[in-house]
Amino acid sequence: MRRKVSLLALLFTLLIGSVASAHDDHSHAGEHNEAHTQKDTPEKVKGFIKHHLKDAHYFELFHGAKMPLPIIVWDEGIKVFSSGDFKKVEVKEVRGADSTITFEKLGATDTVAKDAKDYLYESVNANYSIFHGKILDAKHADLQLKLNKEGKKKLISHSALIDFSVTKTVLMTFIICVLLFLAFRGLSTSYRKGPIPSGFGRLLEPLVLFIRDDIAIPNIGEKHYKKYMSYLLTVFFFIWFVNLAGMTPLGINITGNIAITLSLALITYLITQFTANKNYWGHIFWMPGVPVPMKFVLMPIELLGTIIKPFSLMIRLYANITAGHVVLMSLIGLVFFATNLFSFGAFFGLTLFLGVIELLVAFLQAYIFTMLTALYFGAAVEDHHDEH
Amino acid sequence: MTIPNIVGAGLIVIGAGLGIGKIGGSAMDAIARQPEATSKIQTAMIIAAALIEGIGFAALFAA
Repeated sequence: MRRKVSLLALLFTLLIGSVASAHDDHSHAGEHNEAHTQKDTPEKVKGFIKHHLKDAHYFELFHGAKMPLPIIVWDEGIKVFSSGDFKKVEVKEVRGADSTITFEKLGATDTVAKDAKDYLYESVNANYSIFHGKILDAKHADLQLKLNKEGKKKLISHSALIDFSVTKTVLMTFIICVLLFLAFRGLSTSYRKGPIPSGFGRLLEPLVLFIRDDIAIPNIGEKHYKKYMSYLLTVFFFIWFVNLAGMTPLGINITGNIAITLSLALITYLITQFTANKNYWGHIFWMPGVPVPMKFVLMPIELLGTIIKPFSLMIRLYANITAGHVVLMSLIGLVFFATNLFSFGAFFGLTLFLGVIELLVAFLQAYIFTMLTALYFGAAVEDHHDEH
Repeated sequence: MTIPNIVGAGLIVIGAGLGIGKIGGSAMDAIARQPEATSKIQTAMIIAAALIEGIGFAALFAA
């Protein structure tokens, strides 16, 4: 009975899909601006991808419900204002002598070529504007750009203010941290009643034990693993939940931001350096068991290795997640290009397949990061074993 | 997206594919020899694959 129902559901979906695409072809034949729509849709897809990957000063729940987030800048004192204060202003470039460019507001009847047009966001109440992502303490009339030798425009009149604002990434990191705290607090308080946890903690306990038994103890050893367990657990669950949050259509991209992965890798680096024992430093500077000339050759390589290992952690996580997002969103954009049922089904199936792989990648990257971190910690607290 | 960039990206993919393929192959051989060590071999395979993919991605970003 259940199999018949699912088969019927599949046939129904395919039927609807074929009817829908046939209707679409008919309407395309009617209009003759197909070339026009084909030309700017790739740019629309690129803009859609950029919008999802980049950080923003507002939080868009769905198209039309924008929640402005506070902007906190340092401009001789902390200034806080809401990003809803900023309105888009279209300007046209005015080329002056000596290849400097200033801006003039675009009037209602001005028609300017596309590459002489630009826009910036200006604050209505205060004297700030956002130009290409930088917050400046001037409005469009005071800005000056210069065209340098490669033909790129550089802002010469003002420099960006230091930006501490609560952007979309920061807000979602806070929310996920609060969720993690609540979930694990529930687990730890449920241990007061007895050795078996109750509630949501029952889901988390096997995962915690997995990290302790399969990642921490084999790599760090029985003697020292307890010191590092809290950091390993934090890193694992943070990266995993943040990657999963990136899979939602809200456009959250936390580990795809190199600053976040940089800080995680930096903390790993600092912990290994500050809790390492004599054997670790001995292995770097004076590797035992090799002839003396080799020790001098190995020393700079080992020193570089201490920096490169956390650096590779950062790059691996950032590149995996960003590449996954870009591929997934390009495929979703590609679905709109499909003109017949077969290509639509193929792209849709590929997107679904890649989405499921992305879920695996979310877990895998968290596991790899945690495992390599535990490996580096283990190398830092290794006991001395006699060299053969 | 110039031609040298694309050729470089292709070479990187060839390198990463060969490396991970070799690891996967020897992992399969090892599992066939000793099926009860499957989980250990699987873990080691995943770790090695992630390391190689890390280099691959880093190079891909530079290209």
